[in-house]
Amino acid sequence: MPSACGASEHGVAVSQPPGRFAQHLASVAPPPLMDLGAALAHPSLEALPTLLSPEVLPRLEELAQQAREVTLQRFGRAVRLFAPLYVSNACLSSCTYCGFSKELDVARRTLTVEQVVSEARTLVDRGFRHLLLVSGEHRVEVSADYLVQCVEALRPFVPSISVETQTWSDDTYARLVAAGLEGVVHYQETYDRERYAETHLAGWKRDYDRRLSSTERAAEAGVRRLGIGALLGLSADWRADVLAVARHAVWLQRTYWRTEVTVSLPRIKASASGFQPLVPVSDAEYVQALCALRLAAPEAGIVLSTREPAALRDGLARIAVTSMSAGSSTEPGGYLTPGEAQEQFSVSDERTPAQVAAMLEAAGYEPVWKDAFPLVELG
Amino acid sequence: MEDQWSVADRVLTSRLLVGTGKFRSHAVMREALLASGAEVVTVALRRVDLDKVGEGDVLDFVPPGMHLLPNTSGAVDADEAVRLARLGRAGTGTDLVKLEVTPDPRTLAPDPIETLRAAERLVAERFVVLPYCSADPVLCRHLEEAGCATVMPLGAWIGSNRGLRTRDAIEVIVEQAHVPVVVDAGLGVPSDAAEAMEIGASAVLVNTAIAVAADPVLMARAFALATQAGRMGHLAGRGAVLEQAEASSPLTGFLQ
Repeated sequence: MPSACGASEHGVAVSQPPGRFAQHLASVAPPPLMDLGAALAHPSLEALPTLLSPEVLPRLEELAQQAREVTLQRFGRAVRLFAPLYVSNACLSSCTYCGFSKELDVARRTLTVEQVVSEARTLVDRGFRHLLLVSGEHRVEVSADYLVQCVEALRPFVPSISVETQTWSDDTYARLVAAGLEGVVHYQETYDRERYAETHLAGWKRDYDRRLSSTERAAEAGVRRLGIGALLGLSADWRADVLAVARHAVWLQRTYWRTEVTVSLPRIKASASGFQPLVPVSDAEYVQALCALRLAAPEAGIVLSTREPAALRDGLARIAVTSMSAGSSTEPGGYLTPGEAQEQFSVSDERTPAQVAAMLEAAGYEPVWKDAFPLVELG
Repeated sequence: MEDQWSVADRVLTSRLLVGTGKFRSHAVMREALLASGAEVVTVALRRVDLDKVGEGDVLDFVPPGMHLLPNTSGAVDADEAVRLARLGRAGTGTDLVKLEVTPDPRTLAPDPIETLRAAERLVAERFVVLPYCSADPVLCRHLEEAGCATVMPLGAWIGSNRGLRTRDAIEVIVEQAHVPVVVDAGLGVPSDAAEAMEIGASAVLVNTAIAVAADPVLMARAFALATQAGRMGHLAGRGAVLEQAEASSPLTGFLQ
């Protein structure tokens, strides 16, 4: 197994040893394909490669019906709504598919804490109570101190705050939890070490093991919601990534029993990077992937962003998805002062949050705007 | 027949308590609450948005006249439960609280240790505490001694619709309790509620079974009738359970 090398701030190559899940993943072989009827009758991690195989596509409706049953039983007729709040697109990492990649000559912006508060107020006015602070990977512009300040400034009026930033190896997760943070999101993008090395060229993110073990560090620091995911289309074998992410979800739930886990499988979108996916994942395959994931990891929430078009999102909300963003901007400052900075990717579903909520209601689902409470004593 | 019961100083006639989660819409929830005839309705404080009351918050759909029973669902330890209960009392004005402490999001099993700790603190702060708890006779004794207004042992895993899986333990809890025993969680069909009432529970709390039914309003009515039927069956006093058949008109009856 090649060791992943990251570059420190001073250019010295460093890498972290494999974490607990990485060791677990290396110790399990992919389950063999099984009889399709048996896989559908007893869906599980062992059945997942079969459920992801092309031969399922003619029986996709059957798979979707089963996924819907499981979703309804576990999560009810409710979909949690959240909004991403991009705080910065400054980045010290170089990832071949990302619009924020450090070598790209794009308009960069890091919001002040006051600007973050203003953006958040706009989102709260639109109904959101669950916010996800998103940034590029820049430990100077988006430092631990900065993030703690953001959480402290937002917590009086935002009951649920999560972050999707660079990974941290120090006490940052614990500091954020103490400040009132609910969730941490770190997508591995691809679990294939070779493909990971080909697409993550520099910065902290180059270190595969640092990234993969970050959710473990976050759970140990008391973060109660962990978001993981893979970027479908990044690796040629998207099915292997779905299997790995399902294993990751189940392993995290078993290892950190206090922690809730959500999974996302974004498909690569066009960005300023000009990246073209190796293998496009069709809409039918995408539905198959989410249904199979629901059956193999029935207790994991499934998150769907506005990368996907409205019709597909509407369909998936009835099958497997439990959490959706709406009315998103992927540009720092994009809710109040759009057009000043580069967006990460272009959104497909451009409906307003109210329109997405109305769609859910019409489909017989409750749009859940608030499902949280302050996690620290507010003065 | 007047058959009332009470929680602290609230005198109640209906023995069906209902929840507000998992409904497809607030409007359907409201219709189901009305159909249930319930007088107590529990609401998760984490779902309540006091800034939106009057603008479509879940509280706006609770029929007037029902006792609101805020719950601490989502709390993972005693500290969080106490903080949530205080927020709930400040926001809704009621001193009733359904105490839920569930640190494991997978099973949502109640934490006996943290629940007891939270109950002691909340009672000291003059809350009327209705604790959701494991069907454990000794834990229920502790909760009662801590000053809880009821105990609420689970019938089965929450949301599972598996029925009265804890029947043996509930029978002991009912037999020993000096406070009302409300069977909470897991009751999946109306006959489950009837069974709990027949063995002497004071009341049942039902949410998922009603909320996820194809017709929640009809299911709410069915649970209301089953709860009443079970209660009547309990009051009527069942006959002995025998090992073998006994003719209903014994042959020597003429001798008496």
